[in-house]
Amino acid sequence: MHEYSLVEALVRRVEAEARKRQALAVHGLSVRVGELSGVDAELFQTAYETFREGTICEKASLTLRKVAATWSCPRCRRPILRGEVLTCPDCREPARLDEGGDALTLDGIDLEVP
Amino acid sequence: MCTTCGCGDTELVPVELHEKILAGNDRAARHNREHFVEAGVLALNLMGSPGAGKTAVLEATAKAAAPSGWRLGAVSADLATDNDARRLEKAGIPSKAITTGQACHLDAELVHRSLHDFDWKATDVFFIENVGNLVCPAIYDLGQAANVVVLSVTEGEDKPLKYPVMFKAADLVLLTKVDLVPHLDVDLAKVHDALARVMPQPRVIELSARTGQGMERWIAWLAELRQVVAPGGARPANPHTHATVPHVAVKVEPLHSHSHDGHPHAHGHDHGHSHGHDHGPGGHRHD
Repeated sequence: MHEYSLVEALVRRVEAEARKRQALAVHGLSVRVGELSGVDAELFQTAYETFREGTICEKASLTLRKVAATWSCPRCRRPILRGEVLTCPDCREPARLDEGGDALTLDGIDLEVP
Repeated sequence: MCTTCGCGDTELVPVELHEKILAGNDRAARHNREHFVEAGVLALNLMGSPGAGKTAVLEATAKAAAPSGWRLGAVSADLATDNDARRLEKAGIPSKAITTGQACHLDAELVHRSLHDFDWKATDVFFIENVGNLVCPAIYDLGQAANVVVLSVTEGEDKPLKYPVMFKAADLVLLTKVDLVPHLDVDLAKVHDALARVMPQPRVIELSARTGQGMERWIAWLAELRQVVAPGGARPANPHTHATVPHVAVKVEPLHSHSHDGHPHAHGHDHGHSHGHDHGPGGHRHD
């Protein structure tokens, strides 16, 4: 249940940004959750709903964008499918996780400013 | 202010950040890593499920590493007890318990705080025994040179497939309790196969802390990493010399390569300090 500590870090970061820009309110957040980020998107959402009360994010909706984890060969770009051995069958290169598959990022905030 | 007509209405502004939620932890981890690299200490993050044999591996390591003369040390995380740290002390590894309470994982800040009252600089190999858990610890960088995941043969052949995030993060998997294989319906080939489907470059050592099988390979692996952190086996006379890491894929960053990203530096002490350490072996307080 590390989702709660992650949500805490998220809300603290949003608070800092809102302070910096002298925002009056936060209307929305968008967060990207990779399949291999180690975070369960539903749990993260639940944790956010609980944690946001009494914070600057109280009225801010959270949009989660899930990114599937896909792998490919760094040399020939051949996709390595889920469940396959993570080595390119042609080049024998270790597969590389494609961009975003393990992401856990705060992409953007909608701030209401004076 | 609404700039169109100057009516005084507020404005909705989208702010693009694209920033890792764990950026704060990553900063703290970089800082720990600097400390370890400067001091020539090989720091390892030892993870695995409860009962996988993390503590037993370390106990056996104390014995197996004795001829090398390495000074070992450990911090051991546990939700409620300091049992593991006591076991390690008994095995001759100066240890300190980190009681995490509700937290299911260690983060870089917790490790940093634990370093303040433990003589980790007097160690050659420093183990950070994480909370027994195959989920949460995987995503927190602690500043270690490498992640070691302990998986016992009693846990089921498909564990790597069920916990891909943990095994993807592993630089080495210690497949423990292999002395039990004759008594179990476990096919080790299936475990290796599962690991190859979640780790692009699986490195696995089959090991038994009880019989000592595989301990030699594990010590050799540690020695290889020690060469990277403290070349020549000696502690660097000048803490500012160290090897760069051209070919071994461990997380040892060149010294001072990071900027502090414009973020306030999290603590007030200077890097060359020594804390008045009085926590030698046995210095850990037992109630």
